[in-house]
Amino acid sequence: MKPNPIVLVIDDEAAIRRLLRAALEPHNYQVCEAETGQLGLQEAVGRRPDVVILDLGLPDMDGLTVLKRLREWSQTPVLVLSVRDREGDKVAALDNGADDYLTKPFGTAELLARLRVIQRRVSGGPDEPVHVIGDLQVDLAAHVVKVKDHEVSLTATEYALLRVLVQHAGKVVTHKQLLRAVWGPNAETQSQYLRVYITHLRKKLETAATGKLIQTETGIGYRLVIGD
Amino acid sequence: MTGPEPQRPNPDALLAEIKREERMASRGQLKIFFGMCPGVGKTYAMLQAAQRSRLGGMDVVVGLVETHGRAETEALLAGLEVVPRKALEYRGVALAEMNLDGLLARRPKLALVDELAHTNAPGSRHPKRYQDVLELLDAGIDVYTTLNVQHLESRVDVVQQITGVTVRETVPDSVVDQADEIEIIDLTPEQLRKRLAEGKVYFGDRAATAAENFFREENLTALREMALRCTTEQVDRELRDVMRAKRIGGRWASGQRLAVAVGPSPFSGPLIRWTRRIASAMDASWVAIYVETSTPLDEDAQTGLTKNLSLARQLGAEVVMTHGDDVAAAVLEAAREHHVTQLVVGRPNGNPLWEILRGGSLVGKLMRRGAEIDIHVIRAEKGARPRKPTLAQFLGQNLPRDFGWGAATVAVVTLASWFLQRLTGYQAVGILYMLSIVVLATMLNRWAVLFVATLSALLWDFLFIPPPFTFHINSLQDRMMFAMYFIVAVMVGRLTSRLRTREIAERKREQRTQALNRLLEGVSASTSLEDGLHRAVREMDLVFRARTAVLLSDVGGRKLDAVPHPASTFLPDEREVGVATWAFEKRQVAGRFTDTLPDAAALYVPLTTSNGTLGILGVNFAERNALTLDERELLETFAVQIAALVERYRLIEGASQARLAAESERLHRTLLDSVSHELKTPLAVIEAATDGLDVQLTEASVPLGKTFLDEIKQANKRLSRVVSNLLDMTRIETGKLPLNLEWCEPAELLQSAAEMVKNEISPERIHISAPDDMPLVRLDFGLMEQALCNLLTNAATYSPADKPIQMSAQLDNNVLVLRVADQGIGLTTGEETKVFEKFYRGVRARPGGTGLGLSIVRGFTRAHHGEVIAENNPTGGASFTIRLPVETGSKPA
Repeated sequence: MKPNPIVLVIDDEAAIRRLLRAALEPHNYQVCEAETGQLGLQEAVGRRPDVVILDLGLPDMDGLTVLKRLREWSQTPVLVLSVRDREGDKVAALDNGADDYLTKPFGTAELLARLRVIQRRVSGGPDEPVHVIGDLQVDLAAHVVKVKDHEVSLTATEYALLRVLVQHAGKVVTHKQLLRAVWGPNAETQSQYLRVYITHLRKKLETAATGKLIQTETGIGYRLVIGD
Repeated sequence: MTGPEPQRPNPDALLAEIKREERMASRGQLKIFFGMCPGVGKTYAMLQAAQRSRLGGMDVVVGLVETHGRAETEALLAGLEVVPRKALEYRGVALAEMNLDGLLARRPKLALVDELAHTNAPGSRHPKRYQDVLELLDAGIDVYTTLNVQHLESRVDVVQQITGVTVRETVPDSVVDQADEIEIIDLTPEQLRKRLAEGKVYFGDRAATAAENFFREENLTALREMALRCTTEQVDRELRDVMRAKRIGGRWASGQRLAVAVGPSPFSGPLIRWTRRIASAMDASWVAIYVETSTPLDEDAQTGLTKNLSLARQLGAEVVMTHGDDVAAAVLEAAREHHVTQLVVGRPNGNPLWEILRGGSLVGKLMRRGAEIDIHVIRAEKGARPRKPTLAQFLGQNLPRDFGWGAATVAVVTLASWFLQRLTGYQAVGILYMLSIVVLATMLNRWAVLFVATLSALLWDFLFIPPPFTFHINSLQDRMMFAMYFIVAVMVGRLTSRLRTREIAERKREQRTQALNRLLEGVSASTSLEDGLHRAVREMDLVFRARTAVLLSDVGGRKLDAVPHPASTFLPDEREVGVATWAFEKRQVAGRFTDTLPDAAALYVPLTTSNGTLGILGVNFAERNALTLDERELLETFAVQIAALVERYRLIEGASQARLAAESERLHRTLLDSVSHELKTPLAVIEAATDGLDVQLTEASVPLGKTFLDEIKQANKRLSRVVSNLLDMTRIETGKLPLNLEWCEPAELLQSAAEMVKNEISPERIHISAPDDMPLVRLDFGLMEQALCNLLTNAATYSPADKPIQMSAQLDNNVLVLRVADQGIGLTTGEETKVFEKFYRGVRARPGGTGLGLSIVRGFTRAHHGEVIAENNPTGGASFTIRLPVETGSKPA
């Protein structure tokens, strides 16, 4: 049996840390805490956590700095949990390597679901060619996309876009990340392309039966919805 | 000439052509009805053309038409709108001039302005009517005008030779060159004389006098030929322009460049006109060269020079000014620098002997040294000879005093020598005289020195050289000595006084340099704009013996402040401020000593930098009649320095304002961040804690536990909403609401907003409608989503839960129209605007809520430069419409 996953909580608010411990431990997480960014980085080295929950407003250094320092050597999934709700802050965190972003106040259920998603991506092998997400089935090896077992034909660009979303299923992918992956680094500011192709993809994939598959994260990017 | 290599289009010429075309695009078109003399029917033809345009639907207005009481012409005025003339009074005589401002304000497509060569009454904005016409063209108004060939600047001399009439009202050729169309109104001399006899040109006696004088057949024939030739030249030039622009093969411009040497003499005028005619005929560019020597010009010469140079400029010459005491060398150097191939100079009309004494004439020197340049020598025409200066002017200032001193000195020396000669002999007396000449030459005018030299020579001969008391000289030795004494005395006098003149000029230059230095030092030592301007104005007043006003523009640089800066030492009245405003808007020097509004009290120089015009420098030269070239240059340098000073302080001010704004933004942000952190953290804890409790709490363990927990959750949610509303409001009010514009689909925006409120309003209640083919629009998705959420929440609050809410999007000419309509209680009268006020709660509102939701909607909408309107639906309920001007993108296929 796998040992319980370790969650490192880096937050200066004692109340939040206590609460997260209370919320996570019943769901078989081992929780360790750090009050400052410096301590958080030390803990990350020492304890090798499976997931990091990071606050952006830390007393000693900015959360973004902690994130960048962490990403210099580690691919541990990071969930940013912050009161900063401006899109710019979210995009900055995601573009600097955060795996997801949740704003305070947050629901416990939502937090647990997000944690599951970012962990799954790490544990679920990326070599798996066939991804099944709800009614959507994507065979990355054979380039075949099916909705409810009906094959859907996509253009090359639409497919490239879907592939990026599938590879990060359940996670927010920022506009910049999508544009860079599909159109290359020069297209990072051309968000209107993205809008057009997301519209096309939705028209082809989403039906009344499937419900919403691609969710807009306002001002940030898109997320492929995975059912629980 | 250049070698056999084929000539390519000259890039300068092409550039000029492009610029001309660009100018044409925004400029009005000029059409000239051109004739040989009065009475050929130019005004008549112009009015006919205007009537045709009017019938074609064009907006035609009469700026000014002189019918001279001719009935046929007057009849043609029928139906044309006339801008009333402006009444002016000059020396008690009431005059009526064209109302330029009225025309500019009326802005017709086409204005009719008769008699281009007319001179405006003193007190008008421009001295000449053609300047009015240029301003109309600049304003984009087309102009029809009339002109007779004798008024053309470059033909004035020829007309005078033919007809004997001196023409005073002239139009520069450059104005005529700008015409887009020239229509020649031709009549044979016989026909014209017939018209004259019939009384169609002048009435009564005037007709008879005119027929005898100006309208003689030979005159008319000559004038007619001239008018026709002018028109042909114009057509030729247009053809060449076209060929050059279209790169049609064949001959390019001749590659020749002419230069004319210009001085203060009135003879330079005809010389300039001659050069212009030849340059024009050869299709060559030309320059006017003026060499400033160290001998200062008197005021009259200065006026003459300014007149000549501005004539050259008007006729299209490039004016080159250079310094040097060797005029020939300086002219040749300037000519070579400007790649001149042909040089035009006037034929010397001075005394040949005098010329030889001065080392040869200018022409001679030029011919000897300027081997590669062709030289045209033009004779002085009659009537253009320099005005003979009066004796006093010729001899210079302070003459009586200098002559007095000279005579007195000679008397004293003579008296002393009378006694001395017994001891030293008569020859030493000559040395004594010589000494007195050398001393006097350093102090006196050169004519006085010459006078002293002559007087002393005569006295020496008469009183001292044997035989005394006769002018006869006995010995050959004495004769030689006397002759040599005279020559040496004259030479020494001349040399010394020349040195003195040079020294005076040098000292003047030195004074100016010092003034400029003091200005620069003062400006750089200044601690504020006020201080700097005070120092600059003080320096200006000192150097120019004038009073100075500084008028600054507003910070945007669009309008001139009518109140002078406190540093000013003279206060322009309303009329003067008008002149300053003109100079500011046109970025041109105006007022006294210029062509624009010359009867103003002061000269107005724009303070121009590369970033635009920052203001106007007004200089009131109390009792001066002219401004020397040097002073003009110095004034311009001062203006540049003062402009730099103003710009520097404006930049400093701008930078400190920007720093302040950045500082305050940072402060706001930090404050907002920490406040939101402090408020939201406890809310987050409560929410997470209640979530945790929810899982564990059962009805069995704690009775009513679930009920209380739900109450806590509800209250927490409300508190969260209030907090985020307050924070949003704060962001709006600090004015720092950066828009994160991105392309989005309107339909998605609506869906997303409905999604956000799905916990409060069931999705079935919200009916969304948006056309399928809507293009992408650029807006801040987050803000507009929030605005729609607030409108939906508002609609749900004020309408029964079973009534649907309509939400729609529409595009109306790049304006995105978003509408949320409910079927609730609607608005009471007067509430349409009140609902958007902060903390306003609807009269029929249920308890709860902060009254911020709708003012946030308005804030977010305004941040997009849009507007939001509240109104009642005709079918009941309230409706809110957001109108946003947006950029639209490609349609999703």
